[in-house]
Amino acid sequence: MDFILAALDYLLGIPVLGWGMQVGFVYKALLLLVSLLVFTAFILLAERKIWAAVQMRRGPNVVGPFGLLQSFADLIKFALKEPIIPGGADKILFLLAPLLTATLALTGWVVVPLEPGLAIADINLGILYLLAISSLGVYGVIIGGWASNSKYPFLGSLRAAAQMVSYEVSIGLVIITVLLCVGSLNLSDIVTAQQEMGLANMIGLPQLTFLNWFWLPLFPMFVIFYISALAETNRPPFDFAEGESELVAGFMTEYSATPYMLFMLGEYISILLMCAMITILFLGGWTSPIDLLPFIWIPGVVWFVVKLSLVFFMFAMAKTIVPRYRYDQLMRIGWKLFLPLSFGMVIIVAFVLQLTGCGWHGGMA
Amino acid sequence: MTVEAKVRNFTINFGPVHPSAHGVLRLILELDGEIVERVDPHIGLLHRGTEKLIESKTYLQAVPYFDRLDYVAPMNQEHAFALAVEKLLGLEVPRRGQLIRVLYSEIGRLLAHLMNVTTQAMDVGALTPPLWGFEQREKLMVFYERASGARMHATYFRPGGVHQDLPQTLIDDIGTFCETFPKALADIDTLLTESRIFKQRNVDIGVVKLEDAWNWGFSGVMVRGSGAAWDLRKSQPYECYDEMEFDVPIGKSGDCFDRYLIRMEEMRQSTRIMKQCVDKLNSPDGKGPVSSLDGRVVPPQRSEMKQSMEALIHHFKLYTEGYKVPAGEVYACVEAPKGEFGVYLVSDGSNKPYRCKIRAPGFAHLSAMDFLCRGHMLADVSAILGSLDIVFGEIDR
Repeated sequence: MDFILAALDYLLGIPVLGWGMQVGFVYKALLLLVSLLVFTAFILLAERKIWAAVQMRRGPNVVGPFGLLQSFADLIKFALKEPIIPGGADKILFLLAPLLTATLALTGWVVVPLEPGLAIADINLGILYLLAISSLGVYGVIIGGWASNSKYPFLGSLRAAAQMVSYEVSIGLVIITVLLCVGSLNLSDIVTAQQEMGLANMIGLPQLTFLNWFWLPLFPMFVIFYISALAETNRPPFDFAEGESELVAGFMTEYSATPYMLFMLGEYISILLMCAMITILFLGGWTSPIDLLPFIWIPGVVWFVVKLSLVFFMFAMAKTIVPRYRYDQLMRIGWKLFLPLSFGMVIIVAFVLQLTGCGWHGGMA
Repeated sequence: MTVEAKVRNFTINFGPVHPSAHGVLRLILELDGEIVERVDPHIGLLHRGTEKLIESKTYLQAVPYFDRLDYVAPMNQEHAFALAVEKLLGLEVPRRGQLIRVLYSEIGRLLAHLMNVTTQAMDVGALTPPLWGFEQREKLMVFYERASGARMHATYFRPGGVHQDLPQTLIDDIGTFCETFPKALADIDTLLTESRIFKQRNVDIGVVKLEDAWNWGFSGVMVRGSGAAWDLRKSQPYECYDEMEFDVPIGKSGDCFDRYLIRMEEMRQSTRIMKQCVDKLNSPDGKGPVSSLDGRVVPPQRSEMKQSMEALIHHFKLYTEGYKVPAGEVYACVEAPKGEFGVYLVSDGSNKPYRCKIRAPGFAHLSAMDFLCRGHMLADVSAILGSLDIVFGEIDR
């Protein structure tokens, strides 16, 4: 009985009402979910505006002022359309796949610390959890493509499976180098570790915290992670799973209406998750880039969102300027270039840390 | 005991509603994994019976059908037909008419190459070049409109010359365009030519050896990419191409990237020709009539019709009954943007062609799809298709 009450308190408690010790887990989760979805709606619009600017177009500008409500109009459109399920498709799996993609993408956000202590679950294995969740994301794509029982989606899902698995390897190795420097799998620890050592301290200007962040000492890994993140989230130049000029719409060919929207939502949430991972691993998470007065007044969440948006801008720009790789070229880059490179970096970083005495064996972290 | 597994290739239907099928192409692809084992192009979805329809139309009424063949560069097709009829009639086009024809043929080349180069980029996944290219195409289509009243289906080159003279402001605007266009071209160039990914997708893809190019009946960029300096504008000049200064770019390896580079260079050369045309049109010897003064073929001016009963009658007769063309057969061809576009015309001496065979360059190129794609990967099919410059209007006719 006590256990049930404690659990209820944890989930639903509100301190103001004199009921519970902390703000209930459910409310926090709900707040995160809603703000994440709204943020996605605007980031989608921002992306379309960025493409439009590069392509010398206006972009969406009809729904609401400057087209601000475009994504919400799209939401209504998708929700009101009839979802078409192909005759030969496996109905249950066909509908399960987009749900899986969207849910898994959202689940990843549970461990992301937006500010010191502001994560729904500040678990010690945060980064491992993120890796696991993003690996599971491939299931949505495979199931969706296979359950469609159609040729283009089938090819698309096969490609997606091979691609996501290949790039996970290099992402994993990149994460290992960061972990070696930090000595903890906790995401908050990774952020705080970036405050404490690095170039800014060495040159005697500890206020310039942005020089401390891992993007500088681990620059090659930063680049590899960025490119692997593009591949992991099926973004150009690695968008084979949905490569329009070859596979029509890849694994999403047979999808329409709400299931399609869920796929898109899942895709964008996981892109944002990847941006958040880059922010945490390499760009100092919630910390201010300059440790001086006007900047440290700005709350950490704002810095986090600003950095995340910057990384997202890089994602959006990549889509506008690069052509698509061919499937075998992608595999070659993944296995023959990124894997040896990141593996070599793991060894080099480990050596350097061992010789200098910082990093995982309790030096600075 | 091992069971002998039966392996069947994966057959997919590429088109006709595929995003990179360039119109209504339908390819039956036999895939072994990602490798293309066999390509079977199916055509005919845009067949309108143009050649047969022309047989029941007067020579003037046949002109609009040519706009609808390669609808990306309409006037170049009209040109071949006009040349064929003029050959049969023994008509001479006045100098200003020739200059205008050359000018608009080169505008057509820009239209076609801009479309092709940028959609080839889109076929390998680059989304921005088409939008940059289409901005320039828009300007060119306005030039079409200001000359003929139509953005695409101009019916501007008619047997005897061109329909109407160009206003001076239009000539000046085309001159200004020739100054600004190379800049826009350079922008597209930086986005594609230097792009590593674009190179990786196109270099050594769809290689055509020169011998194969001849054997498959290729023409235009498809043979120039393989190293032959074969350009009808140079090798058998028509109109006043012989007095124009321009270079014919040729490729070395005959792959998709060479063909892309040639098209880019041809656009620069076309701009050069257009500049010369504008200069010549502005000089004193470029003035004069734009169409033959032979009243049996070319209808009288509007202003004349307001005054003269005879002119009105001639106009009526020419637009209804048409003119009789001496019996005989003739082949006339032009260097259209896609290759050698030819018209083989048989006349029985009446006012309608007895037979009009159209030689569309794209048809020969498309027929080589299997030869080009075999052994390549699925993604290369769309890259090769892009570099062939396929427009279904002329292939299906």
